[in-house]
This record gives sequence, structure tokens and C-alpha cells, in this order.
Amino acid sequence: MLDVVKDLLVILIGSSLVSNVVLSQFLGLCPFLGVSKKIETAAGMGGAVIFVITLASAVAAAIYRFILVPLDIAYLQTIVFILVIAALVQFVEMFLKKYMQGLYQALGVYLPLITTNCAVLGIALTNVQKEYGIGYSIVSGFSTAVGFLVAIVILAGIREKIEYNDIPESFKGMPIVLITAGLMAIAFCGFSGLL
Amino acid sequence: MSDTAVKEKKSAASVFFNGLIKENPTFVLMLGMCPTLAVTTSAMNGLGMGLTTTVVLVLSNMIISLLRNIIPDKVRIPAFIVIIASFVTMVELLLEGFIPSLYDALGIYIPLIVVNCIILGRAEAFASKNSVIPSFFDGLGMGLGFALALTCIGAVREILGSGELFGFAILPVEEPIKLGFLELKYEPIRIFGLAPGAFFVLAALTATQNKVKRSLEAKGKNADKIQSGCNSDCASCGDSGCTHRFYDTEADEKKTVAKEENKDA
Repeated sequence: MLDVVKDLLVILIGSSLVSNVVLSQFLGLCPFLGVSKKIETAAGMGGAVIFVITLASAVAAAIYRFILVPLDIAYLQTIVFILVIAALVQFVEMFLKKYMQGLYQALGVYLPLITTNCAVLGIALTNVQKEYGIGYSIVSGFSTAVGFLVAIVILAGIREKIEYNDIPESFKGMPIVLITAGLMAIAFCGFSGLL
Repeated sequence: MSDTAVKEKKSAASVFFNGLIKENPTFVLMLGMCPTLAVTTSAMNGLGMGLTTTVVLVLSNMIISLLRNIIPDKVRIPAFIVIIASFVTMVELLLEGFIPSLYDALGIYIPLIVVNCIILGRAEAFASKNSVIPSFFDGLGMGLGFALALTCIGAVREILGSGELFGFAILPVEEPIKLGFLELKYEPIRIFGLAPGAFFVLAALTATQNKVKRSLEAKGKNADKIQSGCNSDCASCGDSGCTHRFYDTEADEKKTVAKEENKDA
């Protein structure tokens, strides 16, 4: 029992902070740079990513465990996962629009942006590679997405502050954001002592 | 006969160089940044990733172009994804079998070629509208342009990070070069081989891009093609094919709108 708790804790800290999905694996870079202008929208995006990635890791792990492995077609994982994830995201979007208006208002605009987000597929594949079961996959997916939320909210906070700074002409816009992200990546390197 | 052949050849070459230089996917369009940052720790890895992507891009462009009249508009995105994912799986298995060192170095980023914006973007923007031969050259040009860019970025990071290029020492890291009383030695900036270095290299790249764009605009030339990634918001990626809906409900709406307009007429 204690072993399981310890394992889960290692996964939680490892995938949210130490090997941060954006800052050390470069997955989900597009929304990270694109939707980080304001803290509120960044938090909304982070929430949507947590929702989708947790759900997608659960579904992908279940499909792998109950369909791909018994039929001995595990090599088709990339094709199956990307189709399932893309369909799932749109299904969730339609479901929220119809039945949960409040949540749709908060997350709905971000959902289409996550359809072919490499982070979602990347985590599903990593879970298989690390031979996680369904429960571990859900925890791993959730904590990775929390790492994304942390990173994007911090970046949005910094971007709000540097908006009025005197930045060299050529570095205005994307370059300065990338340098900020680079400095954040250095800071996140410090977490590698945690495990 | 010969006249059309010449025309075809000319357009093929222009399509090829359009992808390689004019609309270089990395330097000009800023597509597919995830693998660009992640695998360019060395020039060799960059080249390997670039060539792998080229193979997938050429094959998927050709097949999608062949099937462009058969695939219904509403489900075109899932159809494209299946075609692309099949080729990616094939390439992945081939790499695992024949070039295991590259397979280990690229790791999870090989299956992630599926969600590379360049491939779906070219399928949507070019292959689904053009015949096979131009699509082949478009894929080849874009793919090699991507490979070229990745190799350049990888080379910069490798030289700065470890003083090597393609694994060969080109800067004096171990043994200092003696010039009279001078001893020249290169102290590698290790951070360029790690994750933060990728961000700094890309920042320098986009800054250069901004500079070029402004000088082009000052000369009165059109610089709209140069995009800085998902600069303002992610929705701008939609044009490049990243954010299309899986099942295109809008294709339906467009049709009904068109029908209603016809009725009115």
C-alpha cells in the first residue's frame, strides 16, 4: 500500500514539476505561447487541458489494455490514440455545449485548440511506454496537465508584467516570451533535485 | 506535348523551391515547433528528424492528393490523420528495425510526427487541392526545408553546447590551441544542449525574423508570409491546419448556407 502511495507521489511530482511537459519536453508549446497573454485565459486553457488530458489518458489506457493488447495489435497505438483523442475532444465539446453551459462558457473556446495538441497524444504514448496501468495513467495524465497549468499561469503572470517594459524593437512579441520561457526552464531545472 | 511537359517541370521546380526557401516551414511559417525545439540537441538528430518528417510528408501528400476527390469534405480531417498516422507507424517500425540509434535518440517525437502542424497543414492547404506531381514536390520541398532548418538549429546548439558538429570536435574543448603565448580554449555553454537553450535559440531566431520582416516592410515589400508561430493567439494556427475540428460541422453549415442562397436566387 505504502509502495503504491510512494509511486503515485513520485509520478505526481515527477511529471508536474521535474520533467515539466512544456518546459522540458516541449509538448503543447502552441497553446503555451499562444494563450498566455492574460492570467484568466491562461488559467482557463490550463483547466481545459487538465480536463482533456486526464480523460484522454484514461480512455487511451483502457483502449490499450482491453482492445489493443488482447488483439495483439499494439503497434497500431499511434493511429488509434490520435483518432480516439481527436474524436473525444470534439465529443466533449458537443456534450458540454448541450448539457453543461456553465462549464462550456469557461472551457469551450479552448477545446478545439487542444484537438491535435501534441501534449495529449504525447502523454498517452508515454504512459504506454512506461507500462502504466489505467490508474497510474490517470494520475500521470492529471499531474502532467497540472504541470502545464502551473507553467502557463506563471508565464501569463510574467507577460502581464513585462508588457510595459522597454524591450528592444526586434525582441518585441514572441522573442521576449521565448526568452522568458527559457529562464523559466532554467528555474524548473532546479526541481530535478526533488526526486 | 513537350510544351505541357516543360510547364509541368517548371511549376514542379517552383513548388519545390517555394517549400525549401520562400515558405520554409520553420524559418518563415514557424510550423511544427515542438519537434524543432525538442530534438535539435545535435545536428545529427535534427537531420534525422527532418528526413523522417520528409518521408512521411511526401508519402502522405501523394496519397491524400490521389484520394482528394473521394474523401468527403466533412470527415477529411480524420481521413488525413489516418493516412498520416499509418505512414508514421511504418516509418517508426522501419527506424526501430534499421536505425535503432536514431530511434532511441528521437524517442517519443517519432510518433508525434502525426500531430506536426506541417503535415496536416500541407495536406489541408496543398495536397487536398492539387494533383499528385505538384503535391509530391511540395512535400519534398517543405520536408527538406524543415530538415535544413532543423539541421541548422541543431548545428548551432551542438557547436555552442559542446564544441562539436555531427559528433566531430571542431572547437578546442579538451586541448587548447597554442598561438605563441596565447592559449585558446573553448568553454562549452552546456545550457544550449539542454531544454532552456532551445528556447534561447528560438528566441534569437524569431528576433532575426522580426528584424528581416521590418526591413522588408521598410523597403515596401510584402512580408505577410513571415509568421511568428502562434503570435497573437492560437486561433491563427487554424490557417495552418493545427486546429481544425475533427468532424467538420462547418462544412455542413457552409453547404446549407450555399443551398439557401441558391434558393433565394
